[in-house]
Amino acid sequence: MSDSTHVEAPLSTTAERQAVTSQAGVTPSRDWVIVTRGIKREYDMGGEIVRALRGVDIAIRRNEYVAIMGPSGSGKSTLMNIVGCLDTPTAGEYWLNGSLVSAMKDDELARIRNKEIGFVFQTFNLLPRATALHNVELPLVYAGMSAKQRKETAAHALDRVQLTSRMHHKPNELSGGQRQRVAIARALVNNPSILLADEPTGNLDSTTSFEIMKVFEQLADQGQTVIMVTHEADIAAHARRVVALHDGQVSSDTRREHFVQENSHLIEAKKG
Amino acid sequence: MLFFESIRLALNTIRAQKLKSFFTLLGVCIGVMFLIAVVSIVEGMGRYMEQDLIGKLIGINSFELRHRPNINMGDVDPSVWESYRRRPRLYRDDVAPVIEALPDGTKWAIVSDNNLPVSSRYSSGPRNAQVSAVDGDFFAIRKFVIAEGRDFTPQELAMGTPVVIVGPEVVKRLFPGLSPVGRELKMGGLPYTIVGVLETQGSAFGLSFDNQVFAPWASPVHRLLNRVPTIVDAVIVQVPTAAQMTEAQERVRQVMRVRHKLRPGQPDNFSLQTSESALAFWNKLKRYLVLAGIALPAIGLVVGAIVIMNIMLVAVAERTREIGIRKALGARRADILSQFLVEAATLSTVGAAVGIALGVGLAKLISVVSPLPATVAPWSIVVGVALGAGVGIISGVYPASRASRLDPIAALRQE
Ligand SMILES: Nc1ncnc2c1ncn2[C@@H]1O[C@H](COP(=O)(O)OP(=O)(O)O)[C@@H](O)[C@H]1O
Ligand SMILES: [Mg+2]
Repeated sequence: MSDSTHVEAPLSTTAERQAVTSQAGVTPSRDWVIVTRGIKREYDMGGEIVRALRGVDIAIRRNEYVAIMGPSGSGKSTLMNIVGCLDTPTAGEYWLNGSLVSAMKDDELARIRNKEIGFVFQTFNLLPRATALHNVELPLVYAGMSAKQRKETAAHALDRVQLTSRMHHKPNELSGGQRQRVAIARALVNNPSILLADEPTGNLDSTTSFEIMKVFEQLADQGQTVIMVTHEADIAAHARRVVALHDGQVSSDTRREHFVQENSHLIEAKKG
Repeated sequence: MLFFESIRLALNTIRAQKLKSFFTLLGVCIGVMFLIAVVSIVEGMGRYMEQDLIGKLIGINSFELRHRPNINMGDVDPSVWESYRRRPRLYRDDVAPVIEALPDGTKWAIVSDNNLPVSSRYSSGPRNAQVSAVDGDFFAIRKFVIAEGRDFTPQELAMGTPVVIVGPEVVKRLFPGLSPVGRELKMGGLPYTIVGVLETQGSAFGLSFDNQVFAPWASPVHRLLNRVPTIVDAVIVQVPTAAQMTEAQERVRQVMRVRHKLRPGQPDNFSLQTSESALAFWNKLKRYLVLAGIALPAIGLVVGAIVIMNIMLVAVAERTREIGIRKALGARRADILSQFLVEAATLSTVGAAVGIALGVGLAKLISVVSPLPATVAPWSIVVGVALGAGVGIISGVYPASRASRLDPIAALRQE
């Protein structure tokens, strides 16, 4: 991994950082889907404090496709969970679409998870006893949609990931790649402002991984904001911007071109 | 919407795990079954007591003058018994003045009874039967129907002719396979000719009303019934309408007070027993039965609630990941809470439904094998269903609130 911090990524410029921080006290611009400032997450493990995040500042615009890279234990999942409103930071502020999420209560967070966030997990997290269609319907159930409309919307989401034919199959009747596509359909079904994916290919072989990356790329091309966590450089290389985490802090934030250039040895090695 | 979803989920769980569900529901099922069965029995017994038994013992619109009440299983106060024991008896001489005092159109009868050995030529030995010496309109007041033969004639009653009317049980025991009318039976060494046989009256609590022998009061048998032959056990009075009851009772009371030389302020030393006063005993008994009817189901339901709570706690633990997934997708605490509450309520309502079916079955079985006409009360079914759902909700509260408070990340991390 490059130690270079002097990269010409758009958000690394002092001017842009200033733009975010200066607005931090007020409401950050609607252009920024995600703005975090000084996010910390500490775990008290019986007296010993584990610092998973040590002050993370990131800002992500609408329609960006961002990869979060970093070695295991660097705090990627912790950051994703906070961005996905599954967890709350111990310190710092987080704005989603201009509203201060870090100050929200349980039920408001649930509403945000339901409406604004689509989460894709490494382990798929599908309900084993429910069909693909029903799994995709779940967010709509909690959005209070009628059964009929739910079925239509869910079927449409499955169509977007080319799984219409497997609609009535249960997870154990699907391949890993198909399961992950069901999970992606479920994440998309409520038209979230961001699609979050925490190592979405971590449980898949390389061919299937490639297929899944294609799906994300297509979604990004269609204008979906995507944040993806990975510890593999070749996967990160699909994104248009790569944020590197190290020991709970952002160590670099670069455009893809620059990232590919810097990490060509890693990416080529994997291909070969 | 989420509600039906949860019911569907619960029913799926029951279907998928039949044996586990069976044990889960057993407590509620047994509780509700007992509720339905006990209520049915109490209702059936009540109807039986109020309509049949008491009617047979005392009769409608009638009261009995006795030296002390004969149906009072409720009052067991020893001092009361002591005072009863010291009361003067009624004698044959008291009857005429009492009857004279009654309003027009009133029916009356007198009776003395005891258990006596009765024998016949057709049976191996004497058998005990309830022997009553009667006069007046006894059979009419008691609504006893003569199935075979005839009633006593006024002459037989007046002269004390040794004739008897018997119950079917007596026929069965003393005249097996024979037509008894015209044949003789013996009481106290004297022969009595059977002139009639009563219709069966059935039995209650092992007490047969069919093992009875009736003779004219004036016949020699009355000497065998009480230590003093002129003692009369009861004067039975039946007025034409219920409105005349108080009036008739008051007149009889005055006559008896004079005959017993009671001063004003002294309490009566005789009893005027109505079917209501006899029912007081039943009402007391009923209270115990209702208590049992509450206690038994309550135990079942409490056990059921504990079992359901444990099963739901296990379910929450087993489905922690599912809860995490649902929360990650936007389920609020209230959504998770209601999901598990509805699930618990569905489980236990299914248990209650099975219990209702079994309870109705048990009530039917009881009405077949016993004389109790156990009737299922519709309200007990409603209460059964409500209890089922209620127990489910109550026992679901703790597990459901635990589920709803799970941290989504911790829940998702579970295997
Ligand atoms: N629930 C937790 N309790 C204690 N420590 C935790 C918890 N979750 C994560 N951590 C710690 O925080 C650090 C970052 O974890 P994580 O965000 O999962 O890293 P990554 O996803 O990059 O592998 C690790 O040291 C991990 O042990
Ligand atoms: Mg991780």
